[in-house]
Amino acid sequence: MSTTLKPAPVSVASIPLTHGHLPRGAEILVGVVAAAAAGLFPLLLGWGLVAWVIVSVILFIVGLTVWSAIVETRRSATDRMVTALVWTAFGIALVPLVSLLWTVVSKGVPAINSTFLSYSAFRTSLDQPIGIYHAIVGTLVITLCAVVISVPIGIFAAIYLVEYGKGNRLARGITFLVDVMTGIPSIVAGLFAFSMFTAFFGAGYRAGIGGAVALSLLMIPIVVRSTEEMLRLVPDDLREAAYALGTPKWRTITKVVLRTSLGGIITGVTLATARIIGETAPLLLIAGLTTRTNVNPFEGFMTTLPVFIYSQFQKGTAADFELAWGTALVLVIIVLLLNIVARVIGKIFAPKTGR
Amino acid sequence: MAKSITVDDLDIYYGDFLAVQGVNMTIKARSVTAFIGPSGCGKSTMLRSLNRMHEVIPGARVEGKVMVDGQSLYDNAVDPVAVRRQIGMVFQRPNPFPTMSIYENVLAGNRLNAKKMKKAEADEIVERSLKGANLWNEVKDRLGKPGMGLSGGQQQRLCIARAIAVEPQVLLMDEPCSALDPISTSAIEDLIHELKSDYTIVIVTHNMQQAARVSDETGFFNLKAAGQPGQLVEFNNTQKMFANPDNESTEAYISGRFG
Repeated sequence: MSTTLKPAPVSVASIPLTHGHLPRGAEILVGVVAAAAAGLFPLLLGWGLVAWVIVSVILFIVGLTVWSAIVETRRSATDRMVTALVWTAFGIALVPLVSLLWTVVSKGVPAINSTFLSYSAFRTSLDQPIGIYHAIVGTLVITLCAVVISVPIGIFAAIYLVEYGKGNRLARGITFLVDVMTGIPSIVAGLFAFSMFTAFFGAGYRAGIGGAVALSLLMIPIVVRSTEEMLRLVPDDLREAAYALGTPKWRTITKVVLRTSLGGIITGVTLATARIIGETAPLLLIAGLTTRTNVNPFEGFMTTLPVFIYSQFQKGTAADFELAWGTALVLVIIVLLLNIVARVIGKIFAPKTGR
Repeated sequence: MAKSITVDDLDIYYGDFLAVQGVNMTIKARSVTAFIGPSGCGKSTMLRSLNRMHEVIPGARVEGKVMVDGQSLYDNAVDPVAVRRQIGMVFQRPNPFPTMSIYENVLAGNRLNAKKMKKAEADEIVERSLKGANLWNEVKDRLGKPGMGLSGGQQQRLCIARAIAVEPQVLLMDEPCSALDPISTSAIEDLIHELKSDYTIVIVTHNMQQAARVSDETGFFNLKAAGQPGQLVEFNNTQKMFANPDNESTEAYISGRFG
């Protein structure tokens, strides 16, 4: 058809569209060479493993960048250097996490056996084994009480802030105070709970519920903030759709807004729970320390896992240390389970797209 | 069941900002009335004031009267929630509830108001509403699937089904086709023709051909001048409006010589 069209004139000095490329697997090659070259230092100078890894990484980044700058363009060299740096940063960030998990697991596993989880630290005879049953019960009871106190207050406060306050002076004030509360040191929360219970029930009142109050002081701001974010994510379109059907405001909030953001809210609450379950300081003050199992949060001392770890380290014998590491492992596992539960629940309640 | 609406010297404010000024019109029962005009001239604001939806925005208020079959919408004794049950609304962007299935979306108006009903009755409402919205044949085998899984045009028809499931007397549509392709648009226009026999319909549109196709009467809104409130320039029979409008600026806008 378009036979009259001439081919486009070939430009002599055309823009270069191709340039040299490093061979495939260049990163691996440079990595091996860098590791081998860095290996000379430990051999000749007697440096340790850490120094070897650090030197290898530096050699790798420099080598890859220089090689790429020679063969490829400047832009590719920058790209390779920044990519390598980002991966290095990622690796450094992982080091403490992996190291911590490894330490807890390797030191904690030997302590764990059937009596460890089912006996309390209260002995009725000298040959009776010591366990952490009392601390597990204490942790669960105190955390449950804290959740029961915090969740309604936190969610209702967030509903006020998002649905009713809408940036008026009171709402802005509350948001500011919540932000301040997020930063309260936990020991201050413990002191507050301690003095409050002293004021109400007389000097020396110590019980699990006091610990729960102190923990809920730490938990409420987290619940408020996460719920607030989730409620703000619900599009106004949905609220308007509900209003246009003649739905009253409170039903719109309960049946549409909360229902839509339920997954996120539950995830936030679970993560807040995981955050407070490891608190030690306020519980040392108000919940006391005991070796017996106590399920009543309103009477008697109550020990939680972190407090038990602390008290074992204070005692300082090898057997006590082993118990402490075992307890730490149990605590980490509980937090891990809470995180997994949060993710699963978030998935289940997330709005379905059906695609 | 359809009702007529009389608007008498209506001023609409957002806080201190006067958005629309001095509107007078009569919307006939069982007819389609279209609002046209440039962006930002107050068409949607006007539409939302007809079922007190604009009050959802903090600081929004009106002065003047809106009468539905002789009853003033803005009397102190009138409950806005009750008004919205009588006067339904379909929005520009389809907004099915993401946590609900197709079936539950259609029943949302009843369920959210905690109306108790038997399964058979609910089934009947769902089928009738979906048939009314021309969606039944496409979704009858997957009523339990999430409403968000439908295509944009289907979602919009689902929203229309949801609006007519509560049997309102007036249906307000705020640019219902602006996010849809021509085929879905045509399906919805057909639907508007069918719904006209039972409902009073008010539609805001940017598409003048659409206004000419679907409406019996048309209102042209425009800003008095830049920075001035919007006003109703002309309200007339659609055929007259598009053939021989009374107002010069209407003709300029309709023929594309706007400015």
